[in-house]
Amino acid sequence: MTTVATFEIGYTQFVDPQGAPTQPLPPFANEPAALIALYRAMVLARTFDAKAIALQRTGKIGTFASALGQEAVSVGAASAMRPEDVLVPSYRDHPGQFFRGVTMVESLLYWGGDERGSAFAVPRQDFANCVPIGTQVCHAVGAAYAFKLRREPRAAVCLLGDGGTSRGDFYEGLNMAGVWKLPMVLIINNNQWAISVPRELQSAAKTLAQKAIAAGIEGRQVDGNDVIAVRHVTEEALAKARAGGGPTLIEALTYRLGDHTTADDATRYRDAETVREHWLLEPIARLRNYLARSGAWDKDKEEALQRECAEQVSRAVDEFLAVPLPGPDAMFDCLYATLPAALEEQRAMARRFAPQGGTGRG
Amino acid sequence: MAEVNLVEAVNLALAHEMARDPAVVVLGEDVGANGGVFRATVGLQARFGTERVVDTPLAEAAIAGVAVGMAVSGLRPVAEIQFSGFMYPTLDQIINHAARVRHRTRGRLSCPMVLRTPSGAGIHAPEHHSESPETLFAHVPGLRMVIPSSPARAYGLLLAAIRDPDPVIFFEPTRLYRLFKQEVEDDGEALPLDACFVLREGKDLTLVSWGAMLQETLAAADALAATGVSAEVIDVATLKPLDMAVILDSVAKTGRCVIVHEAPRTVGCGAEIAAGLAEHGLTSLLAPVQRVTGYDVVVPLPRLEHQYMPSVERIMDAAKKALEYA
Repeated sequence: MTTVATFEIGYTQFVDPQGAPTQPLPPFANEPAALIALYRAMVLARTFDAKAIALQRTGKIGTFASALGQEAVSVGAASAMRPEDVLVPSYRDHPGQFFRGVTMVESLLYWGGDERGSAFAVPRQDFANCVPIGTQVCHAVGAAYAFKLRREPRAAVCLLGDGGTSRGDFYEGLNMAGVWKLPMVLIINNNQWAISVPRELQSAAKTLAQKAIAAGIEGRQVDGNDVIAVRHVTEEALAKARAGGGPTLIEALTYRLGDHTTADDATRYRDAETVREHWLLEPIARLRNYLARSGAWDKDKEEALQRECAEQVSRAVDEFLAVPLPGPDAMFDCLYATLPAALEEQRAMARRFAPQGGTGRG
Repeated sequence: MAEVNLVEAVNLALAHEMARDPAVVVLGEDVGANGGVFRATVGLQARFGTERVVDTPLAEAAIAGVAVGMAVSGLRPVAEIQFSGFMYPTLDQIINHAARVRHRTRGRLSCPMVLRTPSGAGIHAPEHHSESPETLFAHVPGLRMVIPSSPARAYGLLLAAIRDPDPVIFFEPTRLYRLFKQEVEDDGEALPLDACFVLREGKDLTLVSWGAMLQETLAAADALAATGVSAEVIDVATLKPLDMAVILDSVAKTGRCVIVHEAPRTVGCGAEIAAGLAEHGLTSLLAPVQRVTGYDVVVPLPRLEHQYMPSVERIMDAAKKALEYA
């Protein structure tokens, strides 16, 4: 037998769980302000998550998917992007969405059951949350195709979970992105769990990154709890994409410290000890330790930031709770560019049976 | 003006829009060098290049999903699924995404895409190549479901579909691709979507159909005319959203209605039309609405497919029932 193909999957980490550098940091990380911005984004997301779960428990929003423990993946990815790039998220990527300008009010509206939550004022061209698993990979391929066709120096960044890599949409989209050498970065938030199904029952592949090899593109792993590493690896992939080098698949290794959603109870299928072990690896304490070691962070700054994030979340919650309910027309207004005549009778009925005091157009 | 068949009319419309609008791209299996297995896209790649006429890998779900991403990002993709029997993997992308993009983002994003596919039986094709699944798409809010029945309507409706700001599923009856020619001027004039076409006016009976079945329906109207019965013939053309007003107006005049479709009967689009007549046209009706449809069976392989498809005789039989009802 002759070997006709070989491959290897690289792994990148810059800061270990104790906050100590494991290799020289990339240039952007030499600027404390840049790292503090990442730190702040992760703390804000975690503050938001805790509040959103409380809002769900008290019936103020519906089912909610927390990003607890995985903040570095979407914040790292979003921070590597330019405003004109497009984020194609899953449904667990609000930390990165906030970084790109989506507001917490919009996110609360979304999880609170209101389509206005996906009408982002900024960023206008980012895709909305994707609840069907992995289907968004194909959308990112289409977006990247549009950028390439129009010769725009933009890229699509797509996020999905480890479970999503089992789906056909993932393989089909990845394959097309490879054939067409598209400006696209696909990031797997490998949080080790697809609801109750652990990573090892999802695939016999040693890494999920190696799924790139079958599509003829580069695949690499990154420590998904090291936001510096996630940002750096995504930046490299984006630079390659913009230079015409084609797509990259990045597997970010992290851990879902919370339940799948507020409708889930993870104690049914995993033991507390394993979760405790993963709390020692989580991304926020890691970056805080690094910042403290380098003298850029202290107790006062931490307290001020926690206070600021709590206030910001609290203001967003107040604003969300004050948004009037949409009226019945909201079901019809945006279904088509222009409401077909065939639907006018049904809209009239919805108006007639709407609760009194409806606000009309939503 | 040239005489063209239906597949040539599709090709004319695609070429016209690609020349007019640089955002239009064509993608699908074998659509490039081969020009499509039915030759609907023949010549387009040579004229518009490999970037705008894209041979995709063999993956229907992704063809639909990539078209969604393209449409959301400012292109006007016209994707081809090689046969309607291979549409099923696209349902997730079409129902969960294409149909909802505008609504779920409150109009921030939209999805102006067309998914074209040959549909229907009667060409002695292998298994899975003779399906008529229009009802699956007609059920989905946010979609348009269009089926032309002639070269002229294929040209005008496909132009309209590509220009429409929302997703359109466009079924092309394979049996009509080369059945007959018509004068079609390549003038870029679109026909209206969401509108039924009255193909023939009449006063005694309304025959409602779409796609390839208009052939048998028109033949039945001829046969009825020979017996002194004046049948009005309506081509529904856009099944979703349904232009019920034209059908109701016709039945208000005739009082009798026969609906003809090739798809299986249960929950077929004929059921929706019949229900619309019951809801809004009951006092006009002089007889129960008749349906002539494919049977509720798996589309047969070629040896039996012509017994499955509604025939002129079956339409005449239903017309007789409607006409003789006291």
